[in-house]
Amino acid sequence: MKIRAQIGMVLNLDKCIGCHTCSVTCKNVWTSRDGVEYAWFNNVESKPGTGYPTDWENQDRWRGGWERTRSGKLQPRQGGKWRILANIFANPDLPEIDDYYEPFDFDYDHLKSAPEMEAFPTARPRSKISGERIEKIEKGPNWDEILGGEFSKRSQDYNFEGVEKQIYGEYENTFMMYLPRLCEHCLNPACAASCPSGAIYKREEDGIVLIDQEKCRGWRMCVSGCPYKKVYYNWSTGKSEKCTLCYPRIESGNPTVCSETCVGRIRYIGVILYDADRIEEAANAAEVMDLYDAQLGVFMDPNDPQVIAAARADGVPEDWIKAAQDSPIWKMAMEWKLAFPLHPEYRTLPMVWYIPPLSPIQNAAQAGAIGMDGAMPDVRNLRIPLRYLANMLTAGDEAPIATALERMLAMRAYMRSKTVEGVIDEGIAERVGLSGAVIEDMYRILALADYEDRFVIPTTHREQVEEAYDLRGGCGFTDGNGCSTGMSKGSLFGGSKRPLKMPEEVR
Amino acid sequence: MNHFLFGIYPYIALGVGIMGTIARYERDPFTWKSSSSQLLRRRQLVIGSVLFHVGVLVIFFGHLVGLLTPIWVFDMLGVSHGAKQILAVVAGGIAGVMALIGGGMLFHRRWTDPRIRRNSSFWDIAILGLLLAQLVLGLLTIFVSLQHLDGGEMVRFMAWAQGIFTFDPAASDYVADVALIFKLHIFLGLTIILVFPFTRLVHMISAPIRYLWRPGYQVVRSRRQEPLADRSARQGK
Repeated sequence: MKIRAQIGMVLNLDKCIGCHTCSVTCKNVWTSRDGVEYAWFNNVESKPGTGYPTDWENQDRWRGGWERTRSGKLQPRQGGKWRILANIFANPDLPEIDDYYEPFDFDYDHLKSAPEMEAFPTARPRSKISGERIEKIEKGPNWDEILGGEFSKRSQDYNFEGVEKQIYGEYENTFMMYLPRLCEHCLNPACAASCPSGAIYKREEDGIVLIDQEKCRGWRMCVSGCPYKKVYYNWSTGKSEKCTLCYPRIESGNPTVCSETCVGRIRYIGVILYDADRIEEAANAAEVMDLYDAQLGVFMDPNDPQVIAAARADGVPEDWIKAAQDSPIWKMAMEWKLAFPLHPEYRTLPMVWYIPPLSPIQNAAQAGAIGMDGAMPDVRNLRIPLRYLANMLTAGDEAPIATALERMLAMRAYMRSKTVEGVIDEGIAERVGLSGAVIEDMYRILALADYEDRFVIPTTHREQVEEAYDLRGGCGFTDGNGCSTGMSKGSLFGGSKRPLKMPEEVR
Repeated sequence: MNHFLFGIYPYIALGVGIMGTIARYERDPFTWKSSSSQLLRRRQLVIGSVLFHVGVLVIFFGHLVGLLTPIWVFDMLGVSHGAKQILAVVAGGIAGVMALIGGGMLFHRRWTDPRIRRNSSFWDIAILGLLLAQLVLGLLTIFVSLQHLDGGEMVRFMAWAQGIFTFDPAASDYVADVALIFKLHIFLGLTIILVFPFTRLVHMISAPIRYLWRPGYQVVRSRRQEPLADRSARQGK
């Protein structure tokens, strides 16, 4: 057993209103620069739809993530190490910028500098890459926005696998949901595994996956390796970049920018303890449907004395263990079983989880025909097909999704009965395997969603990683080589690179 | 003049090349990259890049081994000078043509595609031009070589190259009276070494061979200043 702590996130899709505030604030903070205009560390997809980049979920096409070989070995889908190196001169699985979109800006200046004309001047688009005029913008970061485009195109959504999808193109049966996406900070990251330079790493203390910009050589295997297409190649600097989980904020105990600014309060951040020794076994489960359970098996109970002792021995700080005990992530993923990993079949053990959304009851017009399961409607009659959600969140296993949706419906029924009728109906809770107290807790965290309940983030123990004295007056965060003093411990032009250490008093 | 070009210039080129490379790696590691433009335009890159890289690698190692292996090694192995020259001409010729076709495709793409052109630095274009010129010169030497198949001239180049690395002050005399085309080829080659640290060519030093024996796939970094006690020791207590 090797216990490590990971900062995890849960997004409650039931409350996502698709406002894109997360994407915009993220962009303003991290990617409003040359070369990454097209990079959305956070983006929101309208589903059904093909997503961003187009068709990213189709791993037969992009070959991201991992695969279990016939001999039972786990290796990146794009190939083992030899294969990856053999493709280094030209990566056959790399998307082209047009699979995202050609970044553009508008000739705003024309609006004020145009001569007197019959018609109003317009700001026409121009490519940010070549500077040339773009006559027609063919694609953007959220091209499926709000049922945009005809159903035949949107329904190429990979999650329709096994769903009789024609009927969902009809007006009465159509459905829609939002899927905000960011880097999953996987326990078994395929990007890091694919990086020939070893520039991508997972941080031991909080599990954040980062790219060392000074070590990245631009071999671009991570872009094709990541099944979520959340590593972006900066075409200007020639280095790959990805979501950092706003680590400077997380380190100081603040939520990420996307979570902080979420107006729907759908995002939760907390600590999960996991057993690093079990990762490979879990990621290599024989059947894809077992992967969700396998990942649950990697998470360790922060209240178990044995786990606590092991965590202490493995250097997990005391306040991190405490945070893991209070973690909303643990509650939603493990205790209530409401949250699920996005596409566990990629075998990366993602750490950004989702609570599936409820949806209107299908064919509400035929009110009398609604299947009722006791006091509650049958979740199989919800408009979003269970299979669709299952394809997205549990590799096709509908049972756990149904349980989660039932529990969310039960929470509503219980609270409605309590607040409207003044009756505490334990029967509702029992029917979904919970108790009234648990449902009230769920209500507090899911519905009220106070800031302190959503974000339980312990600060980094900087005293373990650096001498604060040396940092005083040092260099802040910069892009590129701003503060680099070079890579090696020594100094090329004489002198010591290590900052001055003040002599300590003899004890 | 001959002495300067083939006796002194090599040291200038190697000196700048080596020191410049170390300085860049040390002082500006962020600029150390392959500068791939595959994301911007896939067309022409896949075939062009593979042909170019494979060809150039064969040529590079061919020159390295061919020029710097002492001639007595070949004599001992029973490889006659003529046979070695034929080998060099055939292998180098095939690889050279591959690299030239691939490089030509890459140059065409870089020059004509507005996306790539706009995002190319001066040296991105210049170094590709220099390499193409060098490939043409190298292929042209084949026609000269074919006129005398005894390998005598080739042995002189080997003596020169080894003379440079053994600090032989008379090294430049070995190549004093070889055909002009060879001299041009050598001069341009030295120039490429000279400008090497200022171009994207540095990425060849970072060829990630170590990936093959990196333990497992995953990379986890710890920032602890004081490493945790050994696991087995901790579990024992």
